[in-house]
Amino acid sequence: MYTLSSKLKLTAIIFMIVGAIGLVIGFLQAPSNLDDVREMMAAEEHHGETSHAEEGEANFAEAEHGMLLDDEPGRNAEGDHAAEAGAHDTEHLEHKLHQLQNKPWAAIYVAAFFFFMISLGVLAFYALQYASQSGWSPVLFRVMEAISAYIVPGGIIMFVLLVLSGFHLNHLFVWMDPEVVAHDEIIQNKTAYLNVPFFLIRAAIFLAGWFLFRHFLVRNSRRLDEATDNYYFKKNFKLAAGFLVFFLISESIMSWDWIMSLDPHWFSTLFGWYVFSSMFVSGITVIALVSIYLKSRGYLPFVNNSHIHDLAKYMFGISIFWTYLWFSQFMLIWYSNIPEEVVYFISRIENYGLPFFGMVVLNFLFPLLVLMNSDYKRVNWFVVMTGIVILIGHYLDVFNMVMPATVGESWFIGIPEISAVLFFGGLFTFVVFSALTKAPLLAKRNPFIKESEHFHY
Amino acid sequence: MASKVIHAIYNDDDLLLQAVKQVREARYHIGEIYTPMPVHGLDKAMGLAPTRLAITSFLYGVVGFVVAVAMMNFIMIEDWPQDIGGKPSFSFIENMPAFVPIMFELTVFFAAHLMVITFYMRSKLWPFKQAENPDVRTTDDMFLMEIDAANHNVDELTKFLYDTGAAEIKLIDNK
Repeated sequence: MYTLSSKLKLTAIIFMIVGAIGLVIGFLQAPSNLDDVREMMAAEEHHGETSHAEEGEANFAEAEHGMLLDDEPGRNAEGDHAAEAGAHDTEHLEHKLHQLQNKPWAAIYVAAFFFFMISLGVLAFYALQYASQSGWSPVLFRVMEAISAYIVPGGIIMFVLLVLSGFHLNHLFVWMDPEVVAHDEIIQNKTAYLNVPFFLIRAAIFLAGWFLFRHFLVRNSRRLDEATDNYYFKKNFKLAAGFLVFFLISESIMSWDWIMSLDPHWFSTLFGWYVFSSMFVSGITVIALVSIYLKSRGYLPFVNNSHIHDLAKYMFGISIFWTYLWFSQFMLIWYSNIPEEVVYFISRIENYGLPFFGMVVLNFLFPLLVLMNSDYKRVNWFVVMTGIVILIGHYLDVFNMVMPATVGESWFIGIPEISAVLFFGGLFTFVVFSALTKAPLLAKRNPFIKESEHFHY
Repeated sequence: MASKVIHAIYNDDDLLLQAVKQVREARYHIGEIYTPMPVHGLDKAMGLAPTRLAITSFLYGVVGFVVAVAMMNFIMIEDWPQDIGGKPSFSFIENMPAFVPIMFELTVFFAAHLMVITFYMRSKLWPFKQAENPDVRTTDDMFLMEIDAANHNVDELTKFLYDTGAAEIKLIDNK
């Protein structure tokens, strides 16, 4: 049995407290009216930002704003620029105000989704082991079960955030604003699907489904420990197969709802797969990190370096799979160059150059070059180092998916962003390691456990 | 080639792997092993030096990547500049996304084909080469281990091999 060390518990709680304080500061720092924005922008200019760059940015923001909301008055205003320069300026300031007010919310949203998707990815990986009746992995089942435990608090937090958006406490989702919809024909045509009640019902169904499947899978796994036959194993096999069908459909729709609808005009048909690959590789990476940590504390004597090798192979392979999907999405849109599609990447490349291309280096080049050699996949510190880089990369991936639509060019990885990661990271650590103490670390009655213990590459 | 060898035939790969370990522990010298399919872990059990084929494969992949870059730059940018995707930039880096599939394919193509050719050359295999298998059954379902018997007591060695689970033991005496 694993016991949660007080040091780890304390670290997690400190992370949560520091994160919570930082988030409060983030909310307090957000401007509440136009004068605050004016002051902030004046201060920024004093810091040496040239007016030319500011101008370019403003023009771009306006163009993006026009395209995003498709508002005719905005375009007319651009026509007689000189006449309505004053009104234009105020409009820009208002735009900036909304972005800065969204910033702490978006920071919470990104971090909450990132840690939630890790546990969801691990649950999918866990179900896959049952459905494929894998022989190598049962020694890691308890680690996977513990990580997937975060799906419940993480999912509830996600739901609360979506409800808050639905009640207009924040403006992350443009299509939830009735005034925007009134002037936007494209969103009007989507209201049969994109409306707040249906949106929340879908989220509730998916979350409830994932919670229930997780609950029964884990319960059967615990009961199998005390069982005399393989009844619960067979039951879990069927349950896992059912879960995977439900998961692939619900995950796809979830990614359209929770992320793609942030840019309500834009769509990509492989978006569900893209988000899935991100959550899958992050989840597998966390399984590897937690296993290596527990092993270093002497808790998993039955996990040998062949198991780590297999996890690292998955990290390597799914990283390349992620890149394949990222590039497929990018290249088709880049090549065809259709304005309403390509605006998605233009706003990312022009305003998010460093995180957008940086994440490709972190998520693709780094794992590719470091984990290519077969022997390096067995060296724990190589796997840990690559794992941390992959996690940072996929945080940035979620960041790039959420931020351009919510805060636009006003992004910055500052106090709210780091605090949100600390807070949810602390909560994640606390929940996962508390869940580890609930059951023996070896699923001893699993029919493949002998094969798994002797697994040798 | 040693003048006197023993051919021990096994009918199971796990049995063979175990026998290889026992034979090496007993300090007998294994000349060669013939198997109908690759046996996982056999090279390590035999104590062969690790293969350098993976390194050559990586280098061939790099060559393929460079060839693709040079080729696409010459064809699409220098020799006959193309307007790609309605974006007439005529610069390699700005048109690079269109070339990525080609870079990928040529990297894989070079790595795979040149690695196989290297493997054939290293194994001294070429078309119409006569098979060296001492027993045709090693192309079907039998595993043959060839052990040097020159400086050993043949009866003792036979007994030892029989105990490791060999199905058939033959003394080959090339005088």
